[in-house]
Amino acid sequence: MSDTALQTSGFPWLTAVVFLPLAGAVLLFFVKDAAVRWTALAVALADLALSFPLFFLYDRSATGMQFTERVAWIASPPINYAVGVDGISLPLLLLTTLLTPLCVLVSWRAIETRLREFMATILVMATAMLGVFVALDFVLFYVFWEAMLIPMYLLIGVWGGPNRLYAAVKFFLYTLAGSVLLLIAILVLFFQGGHTFDILLLSKAGYSQTLQNWLFWAFFIAFAVKVPMFPFHTWLPDAHVEAPTAGSVFLASVLLKMGAYGFLRFTLPMLPDATAAFTPIMVGLSLIAILYGAYMALAQADLKKLIAYSSVSHMGFVTLGIFALNAQGIEGALMQMINHGITTGALFICVGIIYERTHSRMIADNFGLANPMPRYATCLVIFALSSLGLPGTNSFVGEFLILIGTFLWNKAAAVVASLGVILAAAYLLWMVQRVAFGPTAGHSALRLSDLNWREMTIMVPLIVLVFWIGLFPNPLLKVMHTSVDHLIEQEDQEDRALARRDAREMRERREARDGHVAQVSLKANNK
Amino acid sequence: MTYEFIPLLPFAAFLILGLFGHWIKDRAHLVAVPAVIVSFILSVLTFMDVAGGRHTSIPLYTWATSGDLRIELGLYVDRLTAVMLLLVTIVSGLVHVYTIGYMQGERGYARFFAYIALFTFSMLMLVMADNFLQLFIFWEAVGLCSYLLIGHWYERPSACSAATKAFIVNRIGDFGFLLGLLLVYLTFGSLEYQQVFAQAPDIAKETFNLLRLIGGQWEVSTLTLICLLLFMGAVGKSAQVPLHVWLPDAMEGPTPISALIHAATMVTAGVFLVARLSPLYSLSPAAMDVVAITGAATMVFGATIALTQFDIKRIVAWSTVSQLGYMMMACGLGAYAAGIYHLLTHGAFKALLFLCCGSVIIALHHEQDMRRMGGLKDKLPVTYWTFVIGSLALAGFPLTAGFFSKDEILVSAWSAGSLGKLLASLGLATALLTAFYSFRLVFVAFWGDSRVDPHHAGHVHEPSWTMTVPLMILAVLSISTGYLGISAFLAPAFPGTASESHHDSPIAIGIMTAATLMGLIGIAAAYVLYVKSPGLPDLLAQQWQQLYRLSFNKWYVDEAYDRMLVRPTVRLADRLWSGVDVAVIDGAVNGVARAIAWGGWLMRLVQSGQTQHYALGMTVGAVLILTVYLLF
Repeated sequence: MSDTALQTSGFPWLTAVVFLPLAGAVLLFFVKDAAVRWTALAVALADLALSFPLFFLYDRSATGMQFTERVAWIASPPINYAVGVDGISLPLLLLTTLLTPLCVLVSWRAIETRLREFMATILVMATAMLGVFVALDFVLFYVFWEAMLIPMYLLIGVWGGPNRLYAAVKFFLYTLAGSVLLLIAILVLFFQGGHTFDILLLSKAGYSQTLQNWLFWAFFIAFAVKVPMFPFHTWLPDAHVEAPTAGSVFLASVLLKMGAYGFLRFTLPMLPDATAAFTPIMVGLSLIAILYGAYMALAQADLKKLIAYSSVSHMGFVTLGIFALNAQGIEGALMQMINHGITTGALFICVGIIYERTHSRMIADNFGLANPMPRYATCLVIFALSSLGLPGTNSFVGEFLILIGTFLWNKAAAVVASLGVILAAAYLLWMVQRVAFGPTAGHSALRLSDLNWREMTIMVPLIVLVFWIGLFPNPLLKVMHTSVDHLIEQEDQEDRALARRDAREMRERREARDGHVAQVSLKANNK
Repeated sequence: MTYEFIPLLPFAAFLILGLFGHWIKDRAHLVAVPAVIVSFILSVLTFMDVAGGRHTSIPLYTWATSGDLRIELGLYVDRLTAVMLLLVTIVSGLVHVYTIGYMQGERGYARFFAYIALFTFSMLMLVMADNFLQLFIFWEAVGLCSYLLIGHWYERPSACSAATKAFIVNRIGDFGFLLGLLLVYLTFGSLEYQQVFAQAPDIAKETFNLLRLIGGQWEVSTLTLICLLLFMGAVGKSAQVPLHVWLPDAMEGPTPISALIHAATMVTAGVFLVARLSPLYSLSPAAMDVVAITGAATMVFGATIALTQFDIKRIVAWSTVSQLGYMMMACGLGAYAAGIYHLLTHGAFKALLFLCCGSVIIALHHEQDMRRMGGLKDKLPVTYWTFVIGSLALAGFPLTAGFFSKDEILVSAWSAGSLGKLLASLGLATALLTAFYSFRLVFVAFWGDSRVDPHHAGHVHEPSWTMTVPLMILAVLSISTGYLGISAFLAPAFPGTASESHHDSPIAIGIMTAATLMGLIGIAAAYVLYVKSPGLPDLLAQQWQQLYRLSFNKWYVDEAYDRMLVRPTVRLADRLWSGVDVAVIDGAVNGVARAIAWGGWLMRLVQSGQTQHYALGMTVGAVLILTVYLLF
């Protein structure tokens, strides 16, 4: 296919978007103390403004990568600086640039020590994460993938809570262990796939079933740790609990998406036969994650742990959608990735805001907040409702598409996944009931102040997105269509024969029906 | 005709109040009330528009596309929609006006108006939906409003628990609804009513193997499965057995919303669902039987509990459960028009009863226990007389609206086969209970000597006109809706309704007489027990202690759920957390780390720095290698 060939377009949009935060991080060391916050915010906002046009410039009808750039980096082995986005990575890229300024704002007062270094770390983190989503060269990808660990490690280890070292080391070693297998897999692909690191070429190379199986599990470990899929999830609650709010937001909203992105970008297109073979296992693990994560969330007394486990459950939906291997499932998974980034990020910000006031994340210490902090309670309720997938909010769109995709693949799996929706309502509303509502007596002495202008500035765009995506998801879905269709075409269709048969039957019925409906509407008109 | 404005106006009111309520404060009604009144006027125009039998679809926008899936939102208006629009806007408008007086001076005044405006919007969108997904979206949205309004007084722990309970119980029902939705899409390839209905007859014979996954064989009609799954949602929303538990607790919310949401409109959405999807249900006799039996069970069950309660709002709430059972039973027996007819008359008289309760509660400074009432009929004459009218309609007293609609249900039921005859008899028996408990309430609360707290007894008086005028209007509606021929108007909107000519038959007259007698006996019994010989009820309660307790404790359903579902779930979560996540999974992770650390420590021992250790190691090694070499 010629349309996947890399052509360098005029303005290097992606390079600018990716490296602007890094430049900003360097700049931070040359400004006055008083200007650190504003500089960091300005850089983050500039990056957001720079990435924003991509949404409109992106050609929704073209398959393949867009805004591509390619520069030779190392001659032998042939490693290129190659970047580009498609309908899968563009939404994630925009999510990241959107969250960066919010993370700066969240840390405005919360961070008291080494502020300059903190803001620099946030910006470096942004560059690393953006790089992962745009890299089209496997080595470049791996560089960004690993580079991401360092700022995250620092965020937790330097600015974290009391048990930060344990959490930071656990996070680092756990994800690094996964990455090692990824590196081996990359090397194997290099030798088996025609001595190239070009992700698009490697996707089309084709590998034997045995090799695919081995690579599948290597990829699986690397990505499943990041997602995290059951049973590789225990680093997540620890990391969240110890991380500062901005760290939690990046972790939940973007880092977890890397694993799912890995499945979509590498596992599915490169290893279609292995994917087909192991889909039942992946679906099984996803279902376990959905229910198990929800049960875990029900048992938590710590708000951050509760939301961390809810992430496990929600990401279970994402992997479920991915391995349903049809358009609805994968687009639902992509939607859910974006939505989880918005909603869970916002919930972590909510926890951070209350922690700044009461210095406790325990549910038992925070109750009856609706009275002293009505605006806060409103935000908390909105994001909790979004998180439990209330129709009209963003998460419903993703969950609904995932459930449709799953239902087309296997009805029983969809039934089990739907149970997770009930449990989500249980743990989130129970949390809201305990934190936001109830008598306020204990807090009168603390004189809790409601959200200030800065905090409202963080909340409002997220609330707008919750409802905008919930009510008008189609513009976002349209960005995904061609890339997802292309991805599915690459898949080995054999094991989806069932789903395709269903789809075909449906089409036939629709054709038959269209005739019928035409008659019906004629009748209606006559009346 | 601009149908879009009917829901849009309340939505605009919601947005204005939601965003600027902080500044609008106690002028909130100036925004919300006009919006609903204009909606009402537009609904009347709509009604006249479609009265001739026309139906219209108005596309709104494409909600989502993905693969073969394409979901367009739109409005659909036919006769059924039109009468529902009238019901919703009338009751909502009156409740809006009533709220001005009821919530006066409350801190959450603007918030309350914002929520009921949002509710009105959602409910209007629900009844105007032209596809399953839109129905589901607003089905959940009205549930959200219900949640927010039950928890309006969020400082009361009981109100918060009731709100959470309502949401979660409804979610259980909606689990079925959602699966039904998916199955509709899989089966019909579309979620639009008209396309699904058009194909339904062709699908009727298709079956679905429920046990395919485990290799079994249990073929079920796909259509029946769809209907039953969707009915799960209706069971939750319309508080049918066994998901009825949330509705009585929902009385924790302010009384105006009990009238609007938990009596007249939202809880009837389940009945509306079955009626709207009648082209599907009618093709599945099995699903219809389930609907009818569930309805009948709820009807009897709710009435038996209402007999012994003391909280006036809860008595009315349990009677709502019971009356919803009547409607559901009617739909299940194919008498959709009768079911919707009762839905409308019930909407009027039950909203009236709730608003009367609210007026009593305000007059007595938030007293809800009828043991501390009595003798109110002289102090609250308007409330009393309107309450009596509402109770007469509920009891099915001749010439009230409730009489006509209940009679319609019973007659249609009787003519619907042997199951219908059985259920009609149950309906007659329940009519007796209904009359008894409604007049028990009248006699105990309004007659006799005052048992009101002496602190408040002196200044019990009628509320302001904003509260009494809605009562009077609803009282008029509680009678007049019986004379509008609604049932005949609706009948053509539904498939295969039993012939409408059976009203003059001897059987119909017999049932009418029997129902009237039942109502009179019930009223008379209440009179004897609570006016003539007031000691008798306690004596009877002593005599039939087991039965009394069963009724008083609501058949212990809440307790059973708590023991069988709620607590095991929480316990399982705790066990899984400490027993599996911390101990096994994270234990393994930390175990690996510890094993590596221990291995490192072991290796460190070897690196001792002492020559004789290295020499020993070398010797042992050499011997071992030599041995291996010599032996093999």
